[in-house]
Amino acid sequence: MSEHKPREVLLAPIFANNPIALQILGICSALAITTKMSTTVTMCIAVIFVMTFSNFFVSLIRNIIPSNIRIIVQMTIITALVILVDQVLQAFAFQLSRELSVFVGLIITNCIVMGRAEAFAMQNPPLISAVDGFGNALGYSVVLLIVGFCRELFGSGSVFGVQIMPLSTEGGWYVANGLMLLPPSAFFLIAGFIWVLRTFRTEQVESEEFEIGPNTRVSPAF
Amino acid sequence: MKDKNSISNTIKVATGVCLVAAIIVSTAAVTLRPHQEENRNAFRQLNVLQAAGMYEPGMDVAAAFERIERRFIEFDTGEYVELDASFDPIRAARDPARSRALAEDPAGIGRQARYGEVFLARDEDGELTRVIFPVHGYGLWSTMYGFIALEPDLNTIAGISFFEHGETPGLGGEIENPSWQQNWIGTRLRNDQGDMVFRVDRGRTPDGVPDADYRIDGLSGATITANGVQAMVRFWFGEQGYEAYLRRLSEQLNNAEVLI
Repeated sequence: MSEHKPREVLLAPIFANNPIALQILGICSALAITTKMSTTVTMCIAVIFVMTFSNFFVSLIRNIIPSNIRIIVQMTIITALVILVDQVLQAFAFQLSRELSVFVGLIITNCIVMGRAEAFAMQNPPLISAVDGFGNALGYSVVLLIVGFCRELFGSGSVFGVQIMPLSTEGGWYVANGLMLLPPSAFFLIAGFIWVLRTFRTEQVESEEFEIGPNTRVSPAF
Repeated sequence: MKDKNSISNTIKVATGVCLVAAIIVSTAAVTLRPHQEENRNAFRQLNVLQAAGMYEPGMDVAAAFERIERRFIEFDTGEYVELDASFDPIRAARDPARSRALAEDPAGIGRQARYGEVFLARDEDGELTRVIFPVHGYGLWSTMYGFIALEPDLNTIAGISFFEHGETPGLGGEIENPSWQQNWIGTRLRNDQGDMVFRVDRGRTPDGVPDADYRIDGLSGATITANGVQAMVRFWFGEQGYEAYLRRLSEQLNNAEVLI
């Protein structure tokens, strides 16, 4: 097994191997909760917590987990952590937990969490696994924050609920872009993020599955 | 170390993981429950105050709520009933013993509890200033839960608040928008003949219509939500809703009886 450097494990998922932009995992929640910065930040913190600890605990018992039931064992650990987060939010950040509604619970099915538990934590020692979970959650958070920032700014004219561009419905000049508040807009933003990222990191551009051959037609175009 | 894929190890690991997870989850749930209940309660109270127009940011909700009396009523008779303080009409609506299925169901709520709650707000002299009613109805995607406050004439809306809904943000979700809710204040439900004429318009209410007092601006791009809101108001202040209670209360107020 190759050695992992903590620094690399932590920072690589942010741009070089971003779980959303390169692995295209965890899109579902990125669409749902990024209409506002406050919910986005809460979601990021929740995912960072869950991923760091789920990777840590899965890795801690990786040598005794029977391979037949490994997925369900990982799920149990992840689920317990997610419920914990949900309960804490309901107790101490009630307003936010209402806005996030089911999406905190849906962290359980976030592909990134499961993906890292299965791909990394099952093969590596606890500490480096925790770092990997933290790093991947950071990569997820970076994308979410960018998407959330754009959606709140252009959809509601505000950032963190602070009005930056006064809305026309409230007598200002900015006509809110309703599309930004709907889930599909996150697709466009994520696509834009991937485009920019791949412009700078050309190694992420996937090679064509097939190439169109040269034109072999002898007659001139008619 | 023994084979980790043996049956005994599988059972051991499964049991162990479940046990630890169960302990963590139940500890969290039990220790945090008082906080959560408190939050939920405070949030409801805040919405009652908001509907009544008595809320100011940063105020002490619990203290302001002391001037509000919570009573339970029976929908059919309009009489006050004594129920346990933990009574929740939404939960009761799911219990067949305490609710009825609605044959006529314009608000799209399926079942309705036999009993409901009302909040009576009074000023310092004990004079009734607002009556606040919980309401809910189906919009486009979701059931919208809110409170509507009436003036003591029991026909003029003093305010509205929605505390839970899943309508499209920016479209139907605008039911939460304070500037739209502002529009409700002073709107009346019934005309002088006693007919329910309240309606939510499609788009803005045209200027100069004679029945403007009974109409509310619609929400552009959210016609179905707006229709749901209209059906909800008509349902809850109609025959199946609080009408019997309203009639009884207005008789009492007219006869200047002491409320019992």
